[in-house]
Amino acid sequence: MTSEMSTTLSQNPQPEPDHSVKQPSLPPKGRGALAKREARLAWGLLLPTIAMVSLVIILPLLAIFWISVKPVGLADLRPVAPVVKESLRKKGDDYRIEYRVRNSSQSKSIENVSFSDTIPALVTLSEVPSPCSVSGDKLSCDFGTMEAGFSERLRIPVVINTDEDTAESVVEGSLPLVVGRGDSVLTNSEFTADNFKRIFDSKEFASVLWATVFYTVVGTIGALVVGLFAALLLNRSFKGQGILRGLYLFPYVSPIIAVAFTWVTLFDPFSGSFNALLLQMGVSSEPINFFGQKPQALIMVTVFEIWRYFPLSFLFILARMQSIDTDMYEAADMDGASPFQKFWYLSVPQLLGILSVLFLLRFIWTFNKFDDIFLLTGGNAGTRTLTVNVYEQAFAISNIGAGAAVAVVIFAVLLTFSVLFLKYVSREEGL
Amino acid sequence: MLRHGIVTSIIIGVLWAMVVATTVAVVFSFTTGDSARPALVGCLVFGLIAGLVTLFVSGRLLVFSILLVLAFVSMYLGLSPVQLAQNASHGQIIATGLLLGLAMAFPLEYMLRQVTPVALTRHIFEESVIRFLLGFGYVFFTAIVLVPFYVMVMTSLKSQQVLLKNPLDFSIDFSRGTAVFNSYIELFSQFNFGQYLWNSFYISVLTVFITLLFSVPGAYAVARLNFRGRAAFSRSILLIYMVPLIVLALPIYIVFSITGLRNTIPGLILIYPVTTIPVALYMLQGYFRGLPEEVEEAGLMDGLTRLKVIWQITLPLALPAIVSVSLYIFMIAWNEFLLAFMLLDDPSKFTLTRGVSMLNTSEIPRQHLMAGSVIATIPIMALFLGLERFMTRGLTAGSVKG
Repeated sequence: MTSEMSTTLSQNPQPEPDHSVKQPSLPPKGRGALAKREARLAWGLLLPTIAMVSLVIILPLLAIFWISVKPVGLADLRPVAPVVKESLRKKGDDYRIEYRVRNSSQSKSIENVSFSDTIPALVTLSEVPSPCSVSGDKLSCDFGTMEAGFSERLRIPVVINTDEDTAESVVEGSLPLVVGRGDSVLTNSEFTADNFKRIFDSKEFASVLWATVFYTVVGTIGALVVGLFAALLLNRSFKGQGILRGLYLFPYVSPIIAVAFTWVTLFDPFSGSFNALLLQMGVSSEPINFFGQKPQALIMVTVFEIWRYFPLSFLFILARMQSIDTDMYEAADMDGASPFQKFWYLSVPQLLGILSVLFLLRFIWTFNKFDDIFLLTGGNAGTRTLTVNVYEQAFAISNIGAGAAVAVVIFAVLLTFSVLFLKYVSREEGL
Repeated sequence: MLRHGIVTSIIIGVLWAMVVATTVAVVFSFTTGDSARPALVGCLVFGLIAGLVTLFVSGRLLVFSILLVLAFVSMYLGLSPVQLAQNASHGQIIATGLLLGLAMAFPLEYMLRQVTPVALTRHIFEESVIRFLLGFGYVFFTAIVLVPFYVMVMTSLKSQQVLLKNPLDFSIDFSRGTAVFNSYIELFSQFNFGQYLWNSFYISVLTVFITLLFSVPGAYAVARLNFRGRAAFSRSILLIYMVPLIVLALPIYIVFSITGLRNTIPGLILIYPVTTIPVALYMLQGYFRGLPEEVEEAGLMDGLTRLKVIWQITLPLALPAIVSVSLYIFMIAWNEFLLAFMLLDDPSKFTLTRGVSMLNTSEIPRQHLMAGSVIATIPIMALFLGLERFMTRGLTAGSVKG
C-alpha cells in the first residue's frame, strides 16, 4: 500500500479524531493511526524472521570476533569438570568401594572440588581415607583445588551385609553428587593476539592469499565468459533448445558432492578415464596428477568452479538477451552491419549492466566458496583459499581461535565488497 | 585472401574435421574402451576435400554420399581423421566411418550454405564463421556437461578390477545380469542408504516449510507495508545473504557441541532454514512487488483485514512463485553438504550427502562412491526435469547465491 493511500484512509474520521477536524481543508500531518497500525503489523510479520536470523547469524558473527581473540583449541570445547566413577570391587574375601576421581582436562585446574555420596544401609564403611568424612549415611570428600590431569583412586574397605550382586547394584545405584566447575576459556577474560599473529606471520599466508585471488578472479571471469558463450548458443530458436537449456543447467543443479567426486574419479592419475584418454591419444606420455600437483591443482579447481557455475551466468545473460528489442538489430541489418559488429556494438553494451552485477555477485560468492575445493583437493597442493583455511586451522590443526581469526579476515574483506556491491546494485536497480 | 570462398571453405572444413575427429574418437573410446585417436594428417586431408566438395557440389544428399564414401575409403587406407587400433572389427570401422560422414556432411553444408567460390562479402564470411563457432559450441558444451555424468553413471555399474584394467572401458557387461547393480544393492542393504534417502527427504521438506513460514510474512512486509527502516532492512537481507557459511559454521559447531545439538537431526533442521530464509525473503519480496497492488487494495476496501488479504488474495496469486522458491530451497537443503558434514558423526543420522562423503575412503571401492552420487543426483534431476519451468524461474530469481 502506498503512503498516499494510507493518508487518504486516515482522513476518515471514524478511527480517531485528528488535525483534519480543526483544519478540514488540509491533509493530515505526521503519521496517522492507520500508518502506525501498518508499521506495527509489518514489525509483527518480520519479528520471527529477525529473531531467528539474529540468533543464528548475528550472534555467531559476534562470537567469531570474540573467539578470534581467545586461545581456544578444539579440546577446550569439552567442559572442564571433575569426573567421579564409583564401583564395588572384591579382593580376596574383602570388599571395597572404589571412587575413581579425575579432572577431565589435561591443562586446566578446577577449584573447590568436592563430592558426596549416600552409602546404602546394606553396606558398612570401616575406615575412611584422608579427604573424606562420614556423617550419618553421607560420605563427603573435599579435594580443594584439583590440578590439571589429576587422577586418583579412593579405596574404602567395606563390609557388606547382603549378597554380592545386590550390594553391587545398590552401591553403584547411588550416584555421587559432584561439585566444582572448571573455568572455560570461552567465557573467561583471557585474551590474546596470537591467533592473528599466527595466521599473518606464517609463510602459508601468502600462498593462501594467492590461491584465493586466483581462484576468485579467474573463476568469476571464466564463468561469466563461458556463460556468455553458452547464452549466445541458446539465444536462437531451434528444435531442442529447451532440452539443451535444461541440460546445460545440470552442473549447477546436481549436488556438489556428486559432481566433485565424479571429477576426482574422472581425473584420477591411476584409474581416471581422462588420463587414460590423454595417454591413448598421445597428448601426454604419462598420467598427470591433476588434483595433487602444484600448479595443476589450483587450475583444476578453478576450471571446476567455471564448469559448475557457468550455467548461472548463462541463465541470467540469456534472460537479458531475450529482452533486448529486436528492432535494433533489424535497423542494424538495414545499415549493413555484420554479425560480429552487431554483437560488439549492440549486444555487448546492452549486456554490460547484467554482466557487472553478475560479476560482483559471483565474485563475492566465489570468494565465499568452501565445499568445492574442500571436496576436490582438501586444500592441498596449493589450493588452500581463505575459506578452506578456516576449516584447516580450526579442525585439522584443532586451533579454533586461529580459525576464527581467518573468519574475521574473510568478514572484513567481504564487508568491503558488500559496500561496493550495494553502491552498484542501487544503480542497476537490483536484479 | 582469407575471405575468398575457397579458402574459407577449406579452413572451416579442416577445423570442423578436427572437431569431429576428436569427438568421434572420444565417443568411440568412451563406449567401447578400445583405442581411437584423432590424426592430424587425416583431418587436414579429409577436411580439405570435405570443404571443397561442400563448396562445389550442390545437393545435400549427394554431398553426404560422397563424404561417406570418402570416409570409408580413408578408414581402410589408414589415412582417416580417426585412427582405430589394428585389430578393430569391421563393425567398428563401418560405424566410425558412418559417424564421420554424417557429422561432416550436414553441419558443413549448413556452415558453408551462403559461401560461393568467389571473394566473399564480410557479412557472408562472418556468418559462416559464426555458424562454425555455433557447431563447435554445441559439441563442446554438450560434451563438458555430459561426460562427467556419463562417467558417474557408468562407473557405478562396473567393478573395481575392470575399471583399473581399462579406465576407458565403459561398456556394460549385461551377461552379469542383476550383478550390474551390485553397488546400488550393497549401498541400500549394507550402508543404510534407504535411511539416508529418507533423512534427506524429510529434512529438506521440513526446511522448505519452516522457511516459507518465516519468509512469506517477512517478504510481504518488506514488499508492501510502510514502516520506518524498510529500506535498511531490505538491504541487510542482501548483506546477510553474503555471509559465507563457513564463517557461521564455526560458532554454530561450538554452540551445538556445548548444548548437545550436534549430531542430532533436530539440530540440523534448526539450522538449515536459517541459511535459506534470507534467500527466500529476497526472492519472495521481488515476486510480491510484481503483483498488482490494486487487487489487494480492492480487498482492503471491501473490509478484509490485512492478514486476510495476504491469505485470500496475495498468496493464491503468488502461488507459482512460491512453488519456484520451494523447489529452490528444497534443492539447497538436499544438496547441502558443509553443515551436515560438520555436525553429523553418527552413521544412523546421516543425510544423503553426508552418507556419500563417508564412502570417499580407499577401503570402499570407487563404484560405490559413484553409485552414491547417482542416488543423490537422481531425485534432484527428476524434480528439475519435471518442473523445469518453475525451477528455472527459481534459479534466475534467487540463485545469485552459489
